[in-house]
Amino acid sequence: MSTAERLMAKMTARRGERALGAAALMGLTATAVFGLLVTPPDADEGNVFRLIYVHVPSAWLAYLSFLVVFVCSVVYLVTKRIRWDRLAAASAEVGVIFILLTLVVGSIWAKPTWGTWWTWDPRLTTTAVLFLVYVAYLAVRRLPDGPGRRARWSAVIGIVAFVDVPIVHLSVAWWRSQHQAPAILHVAPRMAASMAAALIVGVVAFTFLYAYLVVLRLRVGRLEERLVAEALSPRLEVTPAHPAALPEEVPARG
Amino acid sequence: MSLARQSAAVAAKDVRIEIRGRYALGAVVPFAATVLIAFGLSLGPDRTLLQRTAPGLLWLAVLFASVLSFRRSYESEGEDGALEGLLLAPIDKAAIFLGKAAAVFAQLVVLEAVVVVLVTGLFGLSLGASPATLVGAFVLGTVGLAAVGSMFGVLAESPRAREAIFPLLVLPLATPVLIAGVKATALAVAHRGGEAHGWLGLLLAFDVVVVGAGTLVFGQLLED
Repeated sequence: MSTAERLMAKMTARRGERALGAAALMGLTATAVFGLLVTPPDADEGNVFRLIYVHVPSAWLAYLSFLVVFVCSVVYLVTKRIRWDRLAAASAEVGVIFILLTLVVGSIWAKPTWGTWWTWDPRLTTTAVLFLVYVAYLAVRRLPDGPGRRARWSAVIGIVAFVDVPIVHLSVAWWRSQHQAPAILHVAPRMAASMAAALIVGVVAFTFLYAYLVVLRLRVGRLEERLVAEALSPRLEVTPAHPAALPEEVPARG
Repeated sequence: MSLARQSAAVAAKDVRIEIRGRYALGAVVPFAATVLIAFGLSLGPDRTLLQRTAPGLLWLAVLFASVLSFRRSYESEGEDGALEGLLLAPIDKAAIFLGKAAAVFAQLVVLEAVVVVLVTGLFGLSLGASPATLVGAFVLGTVGLAAVGSMFGVLAESPRAREAIFPLLVLPLATPVLIAGVKATALAVAHRGGEAHGWLGLLLAFDVVVVGAGTLVFGQLLED
């Protein structure tokens, strides 16, 4: 077991899972308190500006999760250890949910401030394309096929999708710049200290939330695989202890 | 055999299948024409509107029709265990990717020639203004398109992926080709072909990334 795999095993143990959940819950509570009570309303935008404390952290979470998918895909293709594929799958699912949240919250924010639900701003457009690519990634994962083949296909898509992101962003940025000036940066250049603090708390909280959701998803995935293995084993006349189908249990400690 | 010769052999095989089956001519080109007519009907007969949107419609028709070509390229491998034969052949897996991409490239160039003629006729576009820019945009754009399609065309082997998932995957990934292709074409049409260097460079960068990634990881898609 490499150090990274050992760390992964530790995080996915039930105790680690509960600790992550508690940290995420505390962080989200702190974000809500900071975002709603401590920070003042924005000078120009008023209370709508408070959406930033959800919008920016969820965008950060989504991009982080796709980076994890990319890294896990590379590691999977090199090591061929199925746990990296499972981690990529869990990360992609969480990422798709939060990139959708980013788009929806951004849209709700854009309506009162920009007067429109959507503008073809480079960041917005790249995010939308990214959302579609990773929806396709998840769709490929659901194809009925052998686990080995699914893992390899997904890994290739996870890699190609990620290296495509900078080119997509560049093309959209140039495409826009020929039409009109880029959208106005909506984050004020000088933020009140409490606003910046709320934003940092939000990013930290969402990072814990990400880890918690991924760990939870990994456990659900293991249970799914165990069910499949147990359902199939009497017919295949093998014990469920088949290495490929066996959930990677962490020895109980303490 | 070198990688280039192996790729050429695979490409020659695919082109031969296409010449004998005439799928591109019989189904893909008519489909592109149908798409163009549908665009024309949906936008109405306003001449200036059609001329302004023509570069975009041109590339959209190519993009939609190319999905059919990619699928066809691997459908023929699914018949009679042809793909197994190809995998057993003592060639580099990357040669299968490069060869199939080259064959699809050739088919798409034929398709594009027809689409360009149709767009010139139907939408009153004068494409002869900067021929070098136009040819550059089509060649570079088609390389990237053919590479993306040939990489993930393997998915089309699976019947469920064939319908919706394959286009859902390929079309967003090909966003840079659509944007840069349309922009370079629009500049060429507007007699400003000299300003299209950036877009052609972007297409080239996309080609390098996709062909490079495909050559490196394609074997992983096939390994069983």
